[in-house]
Amino acid sequence: MYKLRQQFLAGPYLIWIVGFILLPLLMIVYYAFTGSDGSFTLEYIAAAFTSETNRRSIALSLELGLICTLICLVLAYPVAMILNGMHLKNQGFVVFLFMLPMWMNFMLRILAWKLLLSKNGVINSVLASLGLGRVSIINTPAAVVLGMVYDFLPFMLLPIYNAMTRIRTDWIEAAKDLGAGSVTIFFRIIVPLTASGIISGIVMVFVPSLTSFAISQVLGGGHVLLIGNVIEQNFMQGAQWNAGSGLSFVLMIFVIASMAVFGMIDRDGEGTAIW
Amino acid sequence: MVKKSLQRLYLFLIFVFLYLPIIVLIVLSFNNSRTRVVWGGFTFDWYISCFQDEKIMSAFLTTIQITFLSALISTAIGTLAAFGISAMKKRGQTICLGATNIPLLNADIVTGISMMLLFVRFMDLGFMTVLAAHITFSIPYVILNVLPKLKAVNRSTYEAALDLGATPLYAFYRVTWPEIRPGVFSGFMMAITMSLDDFSITYFTKGPGVNTLSTMLYTELRKGIKPELYALSTILFFIVLIVLLLGNIRPQRKAQQL
Repeated sequence: MYKLRQQFLAGPYLIWIVGFILLPLLMIVYYAFTGSDGSFTLEYIAAAFTSETNRRSIALSLELGLICTLICLVLAYPVAMILNGMHLKNQGFVVFLFMLPMWMNFMLRILAWKLLLSKNGVINSVLASLGLGRVSIINTPAAVVLGMVYDFLPFMLLPIYNAMTRIRTDWIEAAKDLGAGSVTIFFRIIVPLTASGIISGIVMVFVPSLTSFAISQVLGGGHVLLIGNVIEQNFMQGAQWNAGSGLSFVLMIFVIASMAVFGMIDRDGEGTAIW
Repeated sequence: MVKKSLQRLYLFLIFVFLYLPIIVLIVLSFNNSRTRVVWGGFTFDWYISCFQDEKIMSAFLTTIQITFLSALISTAIGTLAAFGISAMKKRGQTICLGATNIPLLNADIVTGISMMLLFVRFMDLGFMTVLAAHITFSIPYVILNVLPKLKAVNRSTYEAALDLGATPLYAFYRVTWPEIRPGVFSGFMMAITMSLDDFSITYFTKGPGVNTLSTMLYTELRKGIKPELYALSTILFFIVLIVLLLGNIRPQRKAQQL
């Protein structure tokens, strides 16, 4: 009896879901499939692939997203391995130090990189005082990738590290006793056992980098147009709600597809267990 | 031995990569030169003018209000929802958790735009719409933190308390609540973190004149960087550091008492 009554406690939440998640998503679908006069059309969905601007932004987003994910993986995996192998007394604290920058405000982290990279920025001042040349990567895709890697690296590190800590040293020792070399141990034991962490990390980096617009706006200086930037312009500058919704709908499909590709990730929610 | 030092070197380099931007911000916040990135002597001026800057202060106030209100409300709704979901049959649970995952997995920009499209039909965008949006994306974190704790609770002890004459409320407070409290607490902290860090969803659901720190920074960044913002970043960094250290130390102290 009280089981039934207890279920009603989810009532406010269910109402909230319908009102603030499902209805809004339906609004996007509605605008994506109707013209400005309210009649059904596939024009705006098709425009995502036929319009030159949209097509280029989709290709660039996919490209930068993949590059960023790859760099994060290559950088984070050794960190997780080294941290796990160090057997420090206060290992938790060291891991905490690697996560700390993530708690800085998102916008402040981008601001810091803008400051470092800009033409008369910190890096160029230091280089100039050393009598070296200058780097000019601000307002290029490279700067955007750098900003993304900086922002999303912890998302890659955390799930891989968590998976790594679950590998028991006996298993490695057993493999060694049975004559496995370190390369074999790495590819046959460590990588497969951290596969779930790698996949979580890939999704947690790829999806936000595919869909971000603030990083590319600030570090790309308006020269790097990702899908997010085109959508933002449609809504905030042009008031082209139908075109923007069409592109948002396509972006949603991309997100769902990339998750399907990597399997339904993160079932145990390890990626969110930061606290 | 060589391998060890190479490992340390690698960790150190990543460390530099992660902290260099933050250190630069902190150093520049004490730099007495407005325009160029050159050291012009030590000063506290930017901290003083940061607190006198109306834009920064109003954004700061809005951020605190939004963050705490949204964290409190989402913790309440989310905890209740976790109770409800845990009492459901398998199928209901799957549906509810699937819906919970939508805002977690969907792109921020799509979540933000979808809510904006709905909100503009019924009201003006402003403080309330930002608050509603923040509650929406915070609830899933609360549910995901409370639900596992709730599933681990032993139902029999609660029933035993009832048999021994406790009122349901009293039994809940003395038996169930202590067991789920860490989950509720970490859900609350996650909600605070997510709300503080959000930019995209706030950007689309806010109206003119309402700014959180993130959206204020974004507008300012497009105009050029003011040194007051360095001071602001330094203050925020140390607030976060203190909160995190307190959050990490507290449970340990508890464990020692037991």
